[in-house]
Formats: sequence, structure tokens, C-alpha cells
Amino acid sequence: MTVRSIRVAVAAALATALSLTAAACSNPESAKSGSGSGSTSAVVGIAYEPDSLSPLLGYGKDGNSKIFDGLLALDADMKLRPALAAALPEVSADGLTYTYKLRQGVKFSDGEAFGAKDVVFTYRTIFDEKTNNPSRTELDAVEDVTAKGEDTVVFTLKYPYAPFAQRTVLPIAPEHIAGKQDVNTGTFTTKPIGTGPYVLTKWSKGEKLSFTANPHYWGGAPEVKKFTMAIIKDDDVRATRLRSGDLDGAILPPNLAKGFADDRTKKTYAANSYDYRTVTLPTNNKVAGDRAVRRALDVAVDRQTMVDAILNGSGKPAYGPVPTDSEWFTQGTERPHDLAAAKKILDEAGWKPGKDGVRVKDGVRATFPLWYLSGDKLRQEHALAYASDAKKAGIDIRTEAGTWEVIEPRMKHDAVLAGGGSPADPDFDQYTLLKSSLAGDGFNNMAWYDNKAVDAAIEAGRRSGDKAERKKAYDTVQRELVKNPGYTFLTHIDHLYVVDDRFGPLTTQVEPHDHGLASGPWWNVEKWSTKSAGGSEK
Amino acid sequence: MARMAGRRALFAVPVLGIVTFGVFAVAAASPFDPVKAYAGTAGLTASQENLDQLRANLGVDQPLVARWWDWLTSALQGDFGDSSVMRQPVADVIAERMGWSVLLAATAFLIAILLGTGLGVLAARRPGGWLDRCVSSVAYTLEAAPAFWLGLLAIWFFALKLDVLPAGGLTDAASDVVTFGQVASHLVLPAAVLGVSQLPWFFLYVRQGVADALAEDPVRGARARGLSERTVLLGHALRSGMLPMLTLIGSRVPELITGALLVETVFSWPGIAAATVQAATSVDFSLLAALTVLATAAVLLGNLLSDLLYGLADPRVAFDG
Repeated sequence: MTVRSIRVAVAAALATALSLTAAACSNPESAKSGSGSGSTSAVVGIAYEPDSLSPLLGYGKDGNSKIFDGLLALDADMKLRPALAAALPEVSADGLTYTYKLRQGVKFSDGEAFGAKDVVFTYRTIFDEKTNNPSRTELDAVEDVTAKGEDTVVFTLKYPYAPFAQRTVLPIAPEHIAGKQDVNTGTFTTKPIGTGPYVLTKWSKGEKLSFTANPHYWGGAPEVKKFTMAIIKDDDVRATRLRSGDLDGAILPPNLAKGFADDRTKKTYAANSYDYRTVTLPTNNKVAGDRAVRRALDVAVDRQTMVDAILNGSGKPAYGPVPTDSEWFTQGTERPHDLAAAKKILDEAGWKPGKDGVRVKDGVRATFPLWYLSGDKLRQEHALAYASDAKKAGIDIRTEAGTWEVIEPRMKHDAVLAGGGSPADPDFDQYTLLKSSLAGDGFNNMAWYDNKAVDAAIEAGRRSGDKAERKKAYDTVQRELVKNPGYTFLTHIDHLYVVDDRFGPLTTQVEPHDHGLASGPWWNVEKWSTKSAGGSEK
Repeated sequence: MARMAGRRALFAVPVLGIVTFGVFAVAAASPFDPVKAYAGTAGLTASQENLDQLRANLGVDQPLVARWWDWLTSALQGDFGDSSVMRQPVADVIAERMGWSVLLAATAFLIAILLGTGLGVLAARRPGGWLDRCVSSVAYTLEAAPAFWLGLLAIWFFALKLDVLPAGGLTDAASDVVTFGQVASHLVLPAAVLGVSQLPWFFLYVRQGVADALAEDPVRGARARGLSERTVLLGHALRSGMLPMLTLIGSRVPELITGALLVETVFSWPGIAAATVQAATSVDFSLLAALTVLATAAVLLGNLLSDLLYGLADPRVAFDG
């Protein structure tokens, strides 16, 4: 370590000499652009640092990774668009074969040509059991992937899987680099090479990721030439550095974003999301497993107040994994807050109020524990609000905090305040949340939900390639959830971003539970125009 | 002196061995699951089969002693293994971050020692004087103030209100070349905060030590012989007043490491401390063990250093340890 520090000191000394010479001949204008306010650079503050930048280990699997491209990409409306594929895939009539024609003339940022072999390499490596990819299950439907010539890739599936094309937004890695090293710890995991609009120039772990525009990008060279993601875990520090002008944009929690409401140079964007918070009601619990209790809780809970009080209005009441403004939402399945109805349901089912106000039926007290992740303030507030609403209906919910290690062994019997949400396809959330055969499989179906009608509908929903038919299937699921809610869905949470106004009006994508690196208004930073900056470019 | 250093080095070998075993044992007994930490949010939708495969790939299904022995034998051959949380070799993780942490900690330590000694001597000269009262009360306050809070305060005042210093990072966020000027200006706040948070101990020790020494016979004698105040203070009082502080230097090393942890987080400083926390909560055995060896070595070296200094400052102390 001393050698290292000596080396740093020597490098630093050399750098001083260099910087002094550079400063001597710099013009006043260049001195200004040092703070990141140059017209073609943007610096944003993010809260999470990726573990790895290798798509083979799961990075960018939901698309939009900036360094890489998938075969397909999602646009602002979450519709699939061709990316490294020249067109949307051809799907065979039985839904078992997906054929992708590849875009011609695409090069990786090191100059090597992209081809079918890279696609096959990427998927086959992910399927390899030696690859530590925790998201492999998502590609479970794939039987095999093969190259047909230089420019065609064919996927064959084990069973018809309608949302499969949504999975092919997964970034493609170059075989000539990633194929020559340890897939789990090689240099490719920190120094990625892709075909995307940006090239990673530096990843200073714990500090920032620096990107420069890829001038040879097949989709056209981006206008924002330098793009930096500063990793600032603490919310307050991020807000402070945004205010000090260090950052051009940042993700912020609602209470801190509010502080920028009056700032004319900054604009706040609320990204719609599929990010839900829900309470699991395990079937194995005598109280939470009772259908009357579940239905009563579903109407006893005051979702709108949670949105107003906990989320400062940045969110929506949730009645299922599908948000109310999604095209997949079944109109008419909203459950307004109705305490009287909740009490009536419980009375009719034989849950009579005891001496202390807590209901009792056949000697069973209407009480169960609700776990939330310790340290997660948002989940804690949701849990407390839920318990207080339930209390009014005579159900005693005891909130307890713990880490996942503490919570997991209790999931079978105790309620958990869970979160999730992936927007690309309704199958992604509903299948893993509700399928009875997945009960207790890792974190899938945490509520041990078991409903034959739902099982049949979600199975139909993933197998049919016809959109109307799929919609019908997911309508059935949502109507069943009204009759027998295995979860109490509480809210869908908007993600808030504050960005410097000079980048003009920006858009956001519908976002998942996970904050990806490229979520937020910078989801399409390669398309940002800098016309309003300085006026030098007319 | 050389004998003592040599004996300490020999003694360090079993200590380091025991400490690494302790790390493995504690990590294995901790409720954290390395597989869950590795998978992150993806683990919340992964199938059990997928998670079991990961467990086997990461080798965490091995018994504790086997894992420790594997790690130890390959570490002795210079291979520290791969960090599961950083997805790269442990040696790379440490090489990338260690220099910056050492720079930060050394600067902070220097600030604390120099400023602490200087103020301590000045305060001891007139105990109860205005300087003594001011600095002492500030020192007691600082002793209680968490480094994290000081950091936020410093950012608020110097970066936000005065806008004279950068609020964080190693260089300006937009720049990806590391230049001396950039690093120097970005180092000021974190090093000052870390240094100031360590300062009270040095100040209070020196103040007490020098004040006591001033009241001792040899110093009174020196004064009586008409030696200048300067010689008395620096040559006699400081020399014996410094002694307790030299022991302090070694014992402050662990504090410095934990303080750096918070300061690095607040200032997005790309050092090793933040990685340590991550390694611990993710039960990243390889990284955790390597970092523990380094921290233990730092503490042992700190103790050795303070003993050596003590011996040099006070000829009556033999280098026998």
C-alpha cells in the first residue's frame, strides 16, 4: 500500500506540473466549462451504483443501458422498437420460434463488427450455469438460440411465451472480448465495450461513471458529448450538490424535490412507474388467509391518504400490480376506501369485535404481524398507515422491522410489506406474484396465493400471442383479485427527478421498481438537444 | 529498536491469521446471506434453482474452515481471490481505492496532529485563558459531534453558502482526468472534516501533558535558570507533554479508519472505507478478509510507530516492547 501511495504522490506531482502549464495557456472561456456547465456535457446524480456493467451478469437486462444495445429497445411509450435487430422479430404461428434479422454495419466501440455470433454468445453465456447471473430465470422459456448465417438469429422456445420479445432488450456483449475472459470477474465487468450511444471512459467506483458520446453510433452521434453519473448515496448530499451547481440533474425523494419547486432554473419530472408497495396476506396465516379478512382490509385501507401523506402526492393508489393508468388495467376494479363496508364484511363472516376492539372468530383473534425492511422509511410509513387503517376495522396488525434474512423464513406465515414492478409486460409481475406453483419459490408468490381461476388466466395470458385475448386473461386476473385479494396493494410510486432547465423539456419512461442507471429523464440522453444552452449553436 | 520491530513483525503473523479466521467465522455466523447480497434486487424474482446455482458457484456452500483455508493458502501465494460484491479480483478493488483512502487519512492525521499540538501548547501556556477556554469548549463539542454531521455542515457552509470548495468527489463531476489541482481542492473539505473530528483528542492530551509538565520541577528549574520562555515551552514542557500523545497516535488509527468510512460516504470519496461496509453487509469473504488484514496491519503498525516514537522522545524507555 505504501508503494501505491508513493505512486499516487508521484503521479500527482507530475499532474501538478501539467496542470500548471495547462492553466498558463488556457483561455477564459475554457475556465468556465470546468464546472460541467459546458453546452455539450451533462452531470447527473444517482443513488445506486451498479455491481457490474456486464450484461452477462444481468446489467441492463431491462434495456436502455447506454453502453450497449439489445436486439430491441423500448421507446417512450414502452413500445418495442428494433435496435440491433433490423425489424421486430418474426414469430412462428405456434409462438415457439422467434427470428431476428440483424442490422447491418453496426460496430462495437472498439471497431470490431457486430454479428449474429455475438447474440448467440451473449444468450448462451447467460444460460451457462457457471455464469453468476441472478436473472437467468427470466429467460426460462428459451430452449436454444442459433445463428443462421451472419445476419439472422433464431430463438426456439420450450413453450409459447407471448412477452418473449420484451426480454430481447437485453444488451449484447462482444464475443471477441467477453468470450476471452472469466465471465464473472474479468475486466469486461468493469470496462465494458458495446455498440451503444455512449462509451464508458472511466468508472471510479464509489464516485462516478464517465461516458463520452460514441461518434460512430449507428443511431447517430449524440449531441451531449460528455455524460457523467455521479454516485451519491445520501439523499441530502445529492440535493445539496444539485443546488450548488455541481450536478445538472438528480433523483430525489419527494420531500427534497419539493425544495426545488420554486427554482426557475430547474425542472421537476415525475416519472410514472410500475413501482408498487403491497402487503402480502399469506394463505397459511389463519387470519390473513381468511377471504373475509382480505376483502375487508382491501376496502378498509385508505390508499389516497397514503399517496397524499406519504408520497406527497407523487403517486397513485394501487389495486393490483398493474397501475390504474396502464392500458392493461381493468376499469371498474378500483376499491374506494369504505370502512363501513369493511366492518360489514367482517360482521357477516362472523368476526365479532372482542372486549379490546379486536375482532375474534372461533377463538381466533384477528391479529397478525407485518414485516417491513428495516431502514426503508417509505416501507415503514406504508406499514404503519396500513396497520392504523386496519385497526379501525378491528384487525390488529403488529408492524415489525427486519432485514430480508430475518423476514424470509417468516414469509410463509407472516405478512410482508413488499415492493416490485416491471412495466414491459403484464406477465412479468403477475405470473411470479400469483402463480400457485411458484409459492415459496425464492421470493416468488410470497403470499402463497392459490387460485385456480387466476392460475389458468395468467397461463393463458403468457401463451397467447393475441393482444385482445391477453387483455381478457388479465382482466380475469384483476377481477379475481377483487373477490380474493391475496395481497393488499397500496400505492404506485412516482420517481422524482430534478433537472437543469437548459436541456429543454424532457421525457421519462414508465419505470420499474428497480432504479436502473438509465432511468429518469436521461433515459434518452443520446437524443437530448442542447439548443437552449448558450445559444452558440443557433 | 530493530529487534523490537522484528519481534513485533513475528508476533503479527499469528495475530493476522487469527483475525482472518475470526472474520470468516463471524461472517459465517452473521444473518446476512452472501447469495442474496450478490443477486441484489434480481434475487427477489429469481427462482430457488437459480439461487442454489449461485450459491454453488460462489462457493459459499462450503464449510467455514475449508473456505478459510482455501482463502489463506491462495492469499499466501499472492492470490486474494475474487470479490463477489465488486465482481472483480480483490487485488484490483484494493489497488483502485487504497491510494485515495491513504491520501485522505494521512492528510487528516497530519491536520489533527499539527493543529492539535499547536493549539494544545498555546492553550497550556495560559490554562484558563481565553484561548484555552475557547478551544477547549470547541474541542469537547467536537468530541461529541459525529464526523457525518460535520461533513454535511461543511458542505452546506463552504460549498453551498460560500461556494468556495467543491462538495464532493475526487475531481469535478464533469471531468474524468485526475489532476493534482482538482484532487487537492476536492481533498480540502473531507480531510479537514476528518482531521477536525480527530483533533480534540490530540489537543486535549497535549494541553494536559504540557500543562502538567510546566508545573514539574525540571521545567520550573529551567525557568528559574532564566531560559527563554520559548526554550522552556518547546524544549522541556512539550517534550515530556508529548509523551502521552505519542501513544495516542497509534490508538487513534482504528478511529481514523471508522471516521474515514463516514466521511468517504458523505463526500463520495472513492476510497476503501465505503467498500468495506459493502463487503461486510454482503458477506464478501475474500474482500472482507483482505481488508481486515490491512486494517489489522494498520493498527499493529500504528502501535509500533507510537512505541518507537515514545522511545525516541523519552530515552528512559527501552525498546523492549
